[in-house]
Amino acid sequence: MKDNPFSLWVYLSQSPLLWLTVTLLVYATTDAVSLATRRHPLANPVLHAMWIIGAFLLATGTSYTTYFAGAQFVHFLLGPATVALAVPLYENRDRVVSSIVPMLVALVAGSVTAVVSVVLLAELAGLPRDVVLSLAPKSVTAGVAMGIAESLHADPSLAAVAVILTGIMGAIIVTPLMNRTGVTDFRARGFAAGLAAHGIGTARAFQVDEIAGVFSGIAMSLNALVTSFLVPLVVTLLVR
Amino acid sequence: MLASLGLILLCQLIGEAVVRGLGLPLPGPVLGLLLLLILLLARDRFALLAQGPLRNDGVETASKGLLAHLSLLFVPAGVGVVQKLDLLASHGIAIVLVLALSVVVTLLATVLTFRLVSRLLRQQDAR
Repeated sequence: MKDNPFSLWVYLSQSPLLWLTVTLLVYATTDAVSLATRRHPLANPVLHAMWIIGAFLLATGTSYTTYFAGAQFVHFLLGPATVALAVPLYENRDRVVSSIVPMLVALVAGSVTAVVSVVLLAELAGLPRDVVLSLAPKSVTAGVAMGIAESLHADPSLAAVAVILTGIMGAIIVTPLMNRTGVTDFRARGFAAGLAAHGIGTARAFQVDEIAGVFSGIAMSLNALVTSFLVPLVVTLLVR
Repeated sequence: MLASLGLILLCQLIGEAVVRGLGLPLPGPVLGLLLLLILLLARDRFALLAQGPLRNDGVETASKGLLAHLSLLFVPAGVGVVQKLDLLASHGIAIVLVLALSVVVTLLATVLTFRLVSRLLRQQDAR
């Protein structure tokens, strides 16, 4: 270490510890800023953590593979967090059971709209076929979308990026859009947020209203189910 | 706390195993969610099940702890955008516009369908 001042950096930058620490500290900071702005939609903590960490990786010439070796411990928790959605669902079961019919109809309408609209728009924009396929599952949670993309021989990492971008845009748009449409029913608003923008939309919904969060979590898990079946079908029918 | 996390992981593990074993086209954690929900509902019916993590809000507290930081969990996958910079340079604007438009349309279709159906149901009940 004494003969090369960079050897400490070389050592640390290859260790999972550094990148796990960076992920947690940057997120803690962007989340604190979000809280300080009283959860303003544009202060979305995921959006800002993403570009700050991304810029840091580019500036230090660190590969995403090296970064992910540390960040995977956080990424891994997406699975258990999906299982944990059972708890808000359980605690609000009476409210859920009483709105089962509107939920199921909205689920079908929303899932079909999510997949068909993105495929049609992407074809219209003249995007290459493999990009269109990777965008198709963009409204479901990252792990599920990556699985769907893989089964279509599309690009799973592009699918993950499309999912995160969709989630962030959904979380930013949902509150102003719903206020403009005059819908005050937080069950409906939350359900739409979770269906269109998965976990990031659900996190946003929980910030706004507890019931919205619960319905968002339900929409997110149901949509993961429906989209797994729907995407291959839509792709066969609509993609050239 | 540890036992509660263990129970959550166990539900996911069983979910993944069943999905793999039966070749089901759905994600393992979603099945794990259903399993945990069934466990919680069963506990209310059979006092015998109220043990360890299923007692005194154990699994409830652990789950809420995880869900409180849901946004954080998307950061590692999101940073993957650095791998796609060349693609974003050539098609970025189109991709972002397509995703944004689709998200708005999806939000509207879902929320309006939900409202329409619950209004129809209420009218039916009133009659």
